[in-house]
Amino acid sequence: MPEPKHWNNKTMALLQISEPGGAPDPHQRRIAVGIDLGTTHSLVAAVRHGVAECLPDESGHVILPSAVRYLSGGKRQIGASALAEAATDPRNTIVSVKRFMGRGLGDLADRSKLPYDFVEAPGMLQIRTVDGVKSPVEVSAEILATLRYRAEDTFDDDLFGAVITVPAYFDDAQRQATKDAAQLAGLHVLRLINEPTAAAIAYGLEHGSEGLYAVYDLGGGTFDVSLLRLSAGVFEVVATGGDSALGGDDFDQALADWAMAQAGVRAESAEDKRAVLVAARAAKEKLSIADHATLACPLMRSATEATELSVRVSREQFDAITSALVARTLAVLRRVMRDAKTDTSAVQGVVMVGGSTRMPSVQAAVAEFFGKAPLNNLNPDEVVALGAALQADALAGNAGAEEMLLLDVIPLSLGLETMGGLVERIIPRNSSIPTARAQDFTTFKDGQTALAVHVVQGERELVSDCRSLARFELRGIPPMVAGAAHIRVSFTVDADGMLSVSAREESSGVEASISVKPSYGLADEDIARMLSESFSTAEVDMKERSLRESRVEAERMLLATRAALAADGDLLEAHDREAIEAMFAQLEACREMSDHHAIDDIVEALAARTEAFAAERMNRGIRKALAGRAVTDI
Amino acid sequence: MKLDSDDFELLGLPRRHAQDPAAIDARWRAVLGEVHPDRFVSEGAAAQRLAMQWSVRINEAHRRIKDPIRRAAYLCELQGVSVGAEDNTAMPAAFLMQQMEWRESLEAATDMTQIDALAAEVRAARSRALDELGRTIDDLGDHAQAARQVRELMFVERFASDVDARAEALEQ
Repeated sequence: MPEPKHWNNKTMALLQISEPGGAPDPHQRRIAVGIDLGTTHSLVAAVRHGVAECLPDESGHVILPSAVRYLSGGKRQIGASALAEAATDPRNTIVSVKRFMGRGLGDLADRSKLPYDFVEAPGMLQIRTVDGVKSPVEVSAEILATLRYRAEDTFDDDLFGAVITVPAYFDDAQRQATKDAAQLAGLHVLRLINEPTAAAIAYGLEHGSEGLYAVYDLGGGTFDVSLLRLSAGVFEVVATGGDSALGGDDFDQALADWAMAQAGVRAESAEDKRAVLVAARAAKEKLSIADHATLACPLMRSATEATELSVRVSREQFDAITSALVARTLAVLRRVMRDAKTDTSAVQGVVMVGGSTRMPSVQAAVAEFFGKAPLNNLNPDEVVALGAALQADALAGNAGAEEMLLLDVIPLSLGLETMGGLVERIIPRNSSIPTARAQDFTTFKDGQTALAVHVVQGERELVSDCRSLARFELRGIPPMVAGAAHIRVSFTVDADGMLSVSAREESSGVEASISVKPSYGLADEDIARMLSESFSTAEVDMKERSLRESRVEAERMLLATRAALAADGDLLEAHDREAIEAMFAQLEACREMSDHHAIDDIVEALAARTEAFAAERMNRGIRKALAGRAVTDI
Repeated sequence: MKLDSDDFELLGLPRRHAQDPAAIDARWRAVLGEVHPDRFVSEGAAAQRLAMQWSVRINEAHRRIKDPIRRAAYLCELQGVSVGAEDNTAMPAAFLMQQMEWRESLEAATDMTQIDALAAEVRAARSRALDELGRTIDDLGDHAQAARQVRELMFVERFASDVDARAEALEQ
């Protein structure tokens, strides 16, 4: 048994039981985590002993505040310690960075209210701090890396990969930015999934009956509603709505204002204001389990004179003080139901997400609105991370992947700009992915030799109402009369919802294409630069990191191919099988090798060698899915 | 089983127009479950690319088979009869008359009751035409006639979406 890493810590000491040092093969079980990268706080969860649970830090906290404070000299604070300095060092303490992901300065309505020194940059805004200019991707990567270390410390092993959650309404740019942040943090992204879908998975709804499900997510500072439709095991996003400036903090503020009015005092200094809010929050939380609470904190009446604020509040009073806030969430619910052209009787289940849904008044209002009690037996702060962990575990192939396969759809329609600034929809929203569609276009003018392709995302008719994703030009079209050219534009969306677009003039064969990634997320050079800069994930030297990643990849490949051979080895001719098995020895030797390029070469060679085998196996899979199964069995 | 196998073969469904929608979804899900990239997460880029190709193909087949009008057009094409909706707009006079009447009713409609009544009429006509189309393909095997019926149904579909758009505009 190796020495426990955190022997002096109660929580971690408990964890040691699950990871006996003498396991026959430390890679037998792949460690895959789910990460809820939230606006106000973030969590990491994993499946252990068949149960998803959130992983605590060394002091036993599972919640990591999504706050990063940059200090001079490349130092930084992350989480609670950063949040504690938000008031004293607002310019260098980045909170709610999620709102900036994949967004330009023009997208920010409330820019003047924010304390940051924004810098305009192509594609995505940046923030100037005492430690230099930071992209929202870098800031998010600090949070992700912190959670990655927490998971690695917990399991004392490298991670196989992670599933990260994003809001259902996140567009391509925001999703790409999230993936870039994960890459920067050294995480292998198995999949991005929608937050409401993750919550539904945590409750096992994908095994339940088909129909509509509502997810009510009231967090610290944001409110989101999603209406999902489950059919054939796929969650479609039917409608979403929300209020990006409504959350538990507003309930604290309302209670604090009321208490100070009752006591006839005012909080003048930033410290006093903060103290009253902290006390209000504590009282609010107590009222979720008790009928009465007392909001109490010391206040400085002047520089020398201190006083005590102490106001008793009943749950009834609290509900009355905050009823307008609850009513605002119901207005959003009504709007979402209207958008979906459905009514509450069609909703089969309601999932509660976010710590603020613990308030009994919220629970009661939602139950009354839908005419049924919401699902609330999981911790609402953790439910999204737990669902992501279940999905990650299945993707890592640990258990029941067959049952857990999560099919996904694109959240927003993808299209092209045509004459007059109109949008031609190529892939409608809620199309099952991966998918590919093509549409034919022609030239507008005689002798036109180039065609501008403008890719947009959104549901509106006008290009100006949609989000621009990418632009590129198809040049070298032979001069023809207007309407004679035959240009086929193809959209391909992979399993992660990432888009690439190509255009080809059929008579001449001239082609142009774009992967939407570089124009919106970060170019690979940017990632390389950020990685090389002093960055908390770069504590391990770059070379060491590449080597570790290559070794993990080799290990992954070895396991997967062995499993494939065991299951479907009979598909191979004897000499093919021998050739593949011969490569296993080489892969095993990778564990001792120190040149990551050499390891990559061996991995690539095995991949190439097994390509035909993979094709045979997919074929067999399809036949197996079809053969001998009556329709009613499936 | 190949990428260019036809949609019915890929999903293991009988090659005919009459289908059970629940069976289509169940087959699609079972087959996609075998070829989805998530099933090959650790098997390298080549397997991922293959899985992607297969999944795209299965999703395409599902989209085409699920929709009764697309399914009919596809069955015609498999028999070598192109629906050719773009360059074949000749329609029977009775059908054109009905289309014109519908268009006039839609323009004259001023409230939701009138729109709802028109929408119900279009839905009923669509349902009748689909039943007939199914018989033309499955019982008579007359694909040339089926292609004409598909073209008519495409007009009905377009009109139905115009009715929806009008209803939405009236609601706001």
